[in-house]
Amino acid sequence: MIPAAFDYVRPDSVAQAVSALAGAGEDAKVLGGGQSLIPVLRLRLAYPSTLIDVGRLAELRGVHDDGDAIVIGAMTTHHEVMHDALVGEHAPLIAQATETVADPQVRHRGTFGGALAHADPAGDLGAVALALDCEFVATGPSGERRIAAADFFLDYLTTALAPDELLTAVRVPKLGPGWLSHYEKFNRVAQAWSIVAVAALVHRENGSITQARIGLTNMGSTPLRAVAVEHALAGADASGEAVGAAAEHAAEGTAAPSDLSGKSDYREHLARVLTKRAVLAAAGS
Amino acid sequence: MTAVADPPAETTAEIGKSRLRKEDQHLITGRTTWTDNMSLPGMVHLAILRSPMAHATITSIDTSEAKKRPGVIAVFTGQDFAETQGNVPCAWPVTPDMVNPGAPSLAVTQVNHVGEAVAVIAARDKVSAQDALEAIDVEYEPLPAVLDMEAAIADGSPLVHPNTTSNRSYTWAFESGAAGTGAPIDDAIASPEVTVTRRFIQQRLIPAFMEPRSTVVQPIGEGVTVWSATQIPHILRTMLALTLGIPEQKVRVIAPDVGGGFGGKIPVTPEEIITTLVARRLGKPAKYTESRSESLMSAHHGRDQIQDVTITAKRDGTVTGLDVHLFADMGAYLRLVGPGVPLLGAFMFPAIYKFPAYRFVCEGIFTTKTPTDAYRGAGRPEATFGIERIMDELAVELGRDPMELRRQNWITHEEFPFTTVCGLTYDSGNYEAATAKALELIGWDELRREQAERRERKDPVQLGLGISTFTEMCGLAPSRVLGSLDYVAGGWENASVRVLATGKVEVVVGTSPHGQGHETAFSQIVADKLGVAFDDVEVIHGDTQSSVKGMDSYGSRSLVVGGIAIVQATDKVVAKARRVAAHLLEANEDDLDFEAGSFTVRGVPGGSAGSSMSMGEIAFATFTAHNLPDGMEPSLDSDATFDPENFSFPHGTHLCAIDVDTETGRSTIRKYVCVDDVGTPINPLIIEGQVHGGLAQGIAQALYEEAVFDDAGNLTTGTFVDYTVPSASDLPSFTTERTETPATSNPLGVKGVGEAGTIASTPAVVNALVDALRPFGVNDIQMPATPERVWRAVHSGAEKSDRAEGGTTAYGGASTGTSDGSDAKGEQL
Ligand SMILES: Cc1cc2nc3c(=O)[nH]c(=O)nc-3n(C[C@H](O)[C@H](O)[C@H](O)COP(=O)(O)OP(=O)(O)OC[C@H]3O[C@@H](n4cnc5c(N)ncnc54)[C@H](O)[C@@H]3O)c2cc1C
Repeated sequence: MIPAAFDYVRPDSVAQAVSALAGAGEDAKVLGGGQSLIPVLRLRLAYPSTLIDVGRLAELRGVHDDGDAIVIGAMTTHHEVMHDALVGEHAPLIAQATETVADPQVRHRGTFGGALAHADPAGDLGAVALALDCEFVATGPSGERRIAAADFFLDYLTTALAPDELLTAVRVPKLGPGWLSHYEKFNRVAQAWSIVAVAALVHRENGSITQARIGLTNMGSTPLRAVAVEHALAGADASGEAVGAAAEHAAEGTAAPSDLSGKSDYREHLARVLTKRAVLAAAGS
Repeated sequence: MTAVADPPAETTAEIGKSRLRKEDQHLITGRTTWTDNMSLPGMVHLAILRSPMAHATITSIDTSEAKKRPGVIAVFTGQDFAETQGNVPCAWPVTPDMVNPGAPSLAVTQVNHVGEAVAVIAARDKVSAQDALEAIDVEYEPLPAVLDMEAAIADGSPLVHPNTTSNRSYTWAFESGAAGTGAPIDDAIASPEVTVTRRFIQQRLIPAFMEPRSTVVQPIGEGVTVWSATQIPHILRTMLALTLGIPEQKVRVIAPDVGGGFGGKIPVTPEEIITTLVARRLGKPAKYTESRSESLMSAHHGRDQIQDVTITAKRDGTVTGLDVHLFADMGAYLRLVGPGVPLLGAFMFPAIYKFPAYRFVCEGIFTTKTPTDAYRGAGRPEATFGIERIMDELAVELGRDPMELRRQNWITHEEFPFTTVCGLTYDSGNYEAATAKALELIGWDELRREQAERRERKDPVQLGLGISTFTEMCGLAPSRVLGSLDYVAGGWENASVRVLATGKVEVVVGTSPHGQGHETAFSQIVADKLGVAFDDVEVIHGDTQSSVKGMDSYGSRSLVVGGIAIVQATDKVVAKARRVAAHLLEANEDDLDFEAGSFTVRGVPGGSAGSSMSMGEIAFATFTAHNLPDGMEPSLDSDATFDPENFSFPHGTHLCAIDVDTETGRSTIRKYVCVDDVGTPINPLIIEGQVHGGLAQGIAQALYEEAVFDDAGNLTTGTFVDYTVPSASDLPSFTTERTETPATSNPLGVKGVGEAGTIASTPAVVNALVDALRPFGVNDIQMPATPERVWRAVHSGAEKSDRAEGGTTAYGGASTGTSDGSDAKGEQL
């Protein structure tokens, strides 16, 4: 449980970090809170030559208001996110999902951006970012660019970030009035990863759902949107029966894994049950 | 006689007080001395290369590159120690013809499980040792993995060990007719009115103690001093001497603070032997500490039995016979008490019931998996599960209430002492009282009503109610009984009580704690017996140089055997003190009353000069020895070695109410009530702690934990991401109560409590779960009853409760290959 040797760099600014990353070559890795990366190193499942520690960069931490969006610094810890007033006001779905991540120790070190950059399909924040239509801010040698959530997650542990790019922030669009949300997680023990989880955002008017956005955790090699459910929910009654019928589509287009926590047929079933529960909980019915 | 340091402290009865544990001061504030904290001048650090193969011949090992790595001092393989390492000891040849193929500490020609030690590197620091592992080049010629017990003993199965003719190590049998302890089982089975047969699976579990195992060995001349995270310093001392041919008097073993064991630190380990061999070969102190990954795959596992249980009864519900056949997985090797673990259950299957006839047959089988040995409860949880599950099944078969059926068949409190169908004599108990209290506490009738209602309205969340009316035998053990079971050691315990000049007391005892609270409980006993203050008692243990004799801690024995040795030693101290007091008070010994730490001349008004002496005054007078009775040794110190006449038999009634979400398969324990009878309580707070932890582990077997191997024999639950140990947030708030029926077999009336919660709780939970699912046609569910298994059971009637195979969810849900070191040569986790 001792990592192989590596070089360690701790830049003082994003600019320094970007140039250090560019200079360190292919086998360099960015270190955030270390909650995913360090276990991988300790198990010697990866052998990076250099770690560039951006976890303590003040400019990457904190949440601020930017008009039509709130901006969460990539290295804001889970704990900070959970207790942030702007997040609570504009994106309670993020706070609620973050509360289910791991345990207090991990939440004090692990970061919002680190979790998303890690892109584990069992992680809870990817589905949430998808449902919220977040934008990922990446900074590289040629400057800054924004990546839509729908384009960010490419494959298992793989994102659209280039090897020389840092994730610096995540922009969360503010939702207008009438939007409600719920995160429904299903796991085996309290601190465990999701077997399946569902992030539900619904817009409710006069007892019916006008619009819905549903994110699925751990139903494929990336977080997914349950598009068929979203279509079925648009204009549907916020009743158990209607929502249940819409939720029957939850596993469509997914490729759920089979592992010790559940075979894919079980996960598909869970996706349907949990989608119904998440939507009903969000809609408050 | 004025030099006594302190006035006698105020003493009220200590026994029965819920004192906070005195050892927690350092144990929970980071002031511990774990073995891994040891650092000695010139010490080398070891890393062990472990087999990535479940079964293979070692065709070559090249260590030359590793030897050149920075910081590396030496690299050894099994060949280097082939002549000296002997075998990892097994102390329980359960039958005369038990096959023990031998267990090298470092594999020499063949590996028989993933994680077996193949080579060891000694380096200047731990990192260098670890880094150099990847430079060792081992070539393996794969052999077929042997994973399934029944297939392993079928004709034509590949053999785990080439020097055997079968993978069956032993067959151990008991039959009440032949033993003369009951009727012949064949008669019961031949003409039963009702028969129920079930196969239950006891999955493999991992003890998962908090502190990984660690050993430091310092060679001193011919001998060694060994620090080890062990439950058994005394047995380790003897076994190291026997295994390595070191004279026993030259071996000192110290168990410093030990962070949990649950049986997982009961055997002598290959790593202890390897560290000793390397230290002696190099003439330098050596330290080995395992990683968590190594611990999970290499430290022994527990349980892993297939139980075929048949119960026979009359139509009126009276049980007439019990027939049990076990397959017990030994894993690749026989560890210290591994073969005997199922036998500790042999005597417990009949439990609290009056069976007239009983048969028990156990076959111990080799597979290419991690060896098994004791895990909390050792044999008794398995037995309790088997009997308590089959009683429920019999109740269903007869259409009877499960508690009523138990009541009809259990030993009533008037019938004690009661000799069971396997010849054990239960000294005391009151099953009626414990059960009545438990039923009342949980609100049983109300829950039954709610259950009926939910069934009626087909609520997706169903309620299940489960019972476990258990007993167990603990306090290992009467030496004569151990002898009759072919165990090679006794079960006595030794204690000495030393009274210092200032009246303070040292208690030296041969038990060896790893989190139980011995210092507190033993201090309470001695405080009462000698009438000294609780804080004036110091308990010394865990070092064979100060605690010279002992049989260590396991099998809920420390209080019921060690504690009684302490009581007997204090009795001797009091007798000596009485003699001194009588002499100095010029009274007859028989005329002295001893109370609250003072001897008083009976009939003389209290307070009058020269009528009374405190223990402190007597201690000082004995220390100066100026004026002692003629011929008396100037010492109050006393030893005692206690060999119990019988086991102790804690019992209790555990009830579980569980909510089962039939849509997701998730089960949530709503209420858990247990009323345990552990005899006279010494410290109720410690009892609660033991019960709570025990419940957590028993519930973990029912719902959460399982060591899973893939088809190639790799442990796929090789991290705590996959081996899901529950935490407090996964468990309900327990209601724990007691009845007190003192044991009659010891002067304190105490019974063991270390294992009770684990032994009792597993069947209570599974019975509750199955009870909830009966309307779906479910009559069994495999453990751990994961949500997936429950869901499958609900949706396919009965036994379709497979768990997904393969892969691991380590590092986040998707397969990342196994984490058991099998994927890369020399990779060390
Ligand atoms: C015991 C345990 C349980 C857990 N349970 C859950 C759970 O239930 N749900 C859940 O969602 N997560 C869970 N996690 C994961 C946790 O959320 C992540 O480990 C953590 O949030 C990752 O963030 P980090 O800052 O620690 O990233 P690190 O571990 O430092 O990095 C993770 C990856 O992201 C890259 N990276 C980090 N920062 C950046 C950046 N700024 N730019 C580009 N790349 C970057 C790293 O190079 C690395 O590849 C668990 C973790 C542990 C240890």
